Amino acid sequence: MLSAFAILLGLQLVGEIVVRALSLPIPGPVLGMLLLFIGFIWRGNIPDYLQQTSQSLLQHLSLFFVPAGVGVMVHIGLLQQEWLAIVITLLGSTWLALLVTAWVLQALLKRWEAKE
Amino acid sequence: MNDLGTIWVYLAQKPLLWLSLTVAVFWLAQQLYNRCGQWPLLNPVLLSMLALVSLLTLTHTPYDTYFDGAQFVHFLLGPTTVALAVPLYQYYGRLKRYWLPLLIALLVGSSTAVLSVWALSRLTGLSEVSLLSMLPKSITTPIAMGIAQEIGGLASLTAVLVILTGIVGAVTAPSLLKLVGIQDNAVKGFAIGLSSHGIGTARAIQIHTEMGAFAGLAMGLNGISTAILVPLCVSILL
Repeated sequence: MLSAFAILLGLQLVGEIVVRALSLPIPGPVLGMLLLFIGFIWRGNIPDYLQQTSQSLLQHLSLFFVPAGVGVMVHIGLLQQEWLAIVITLLGSTWLALLVTAWVLQALLKRWEAKE
Repeated sequence: MNDLGTIWVYLAQKPLLWLSLTVAVFWLAQQLYNRCGQWPLLNPVLLSMLALVSLLTLTHTPYDTYFDGAQFVHFLLGPTTVALAVPLYQYYGRLKRYWLPLLIALLVGSSTAVLSVWALSRLTGLSEVSLLSMLPKSITTPIAMGIAQEIGGLASLTAVLVILTGIVGAVTAPSLLKLVGIQDNAVKGFAIGLSSHGIGTARAIQIHTEMGAFAGLAMGLNGISTAILVPLCVSILL
């Protein structure tokens, strides 16, 4: 578990450094994820210890968003002023993005599979 | 023996109290959610947020004090994002085969997420500042805040809108996709991760590992795509 944690934190650190050095438009951890992914491809498999630690972390991913979510309290005033316009725009846009993506991908996959 | 007031003063100064409460409240919320047959509106993130905001308001505790303790939980977002490479690699075969459809769906979905905010804001009369803060709402918080700053939105408002978008996705996306008859877990995951980033991804992981893997992928890709698209849209449309 400790070695897995060292690898995850180490790659996050490398990600943060590279993103800042090259001023890339992505967060450090996302670059860390890509580096680990490339590492797995290069190795050809996922070491057991990394698999276990990653899975237990991912099981609790929702919990890790709670502290940032509580930050809503700081903006309650701002949200109250325009709540209706915000609710409609946010719901409408999130649902549109969700459905359009799902439909496009499903249609493309069907064609792709038919061609193969 | 100390009276309760003295104990409170001690606890309020230490990170331990709000750290433990964050974990405990979330655990309770999850128990409730599972007991009630995972009813979407009882989403544990949403419940925990409501409970903690109420607790903080009742005890007159500022958010900064709370975050001093809760930051240890918050910090785990970083290494867990790196860990998303594990489910992603498990579906590497499918990913390699379908790279082109995934890329096209990414570009279409990403543009829809951004342009629909602009179009709906014209209809609802949303203020310019809120519009600029909301454009990057579908992507993970750190990138979204960076973009908002660049185009003249309020980064801290963006953070809130991003979280709310994630909750909307986590609460409604699985049922909505079922309703319109989408069955492929990869398609569901990709759409959820693209539209509602990490919070949606967290939900997808709990439903199915393949859904989680494609959600994580879409979240990462949409972060990059939106970072390029939003400044472009702002210079053309506004």
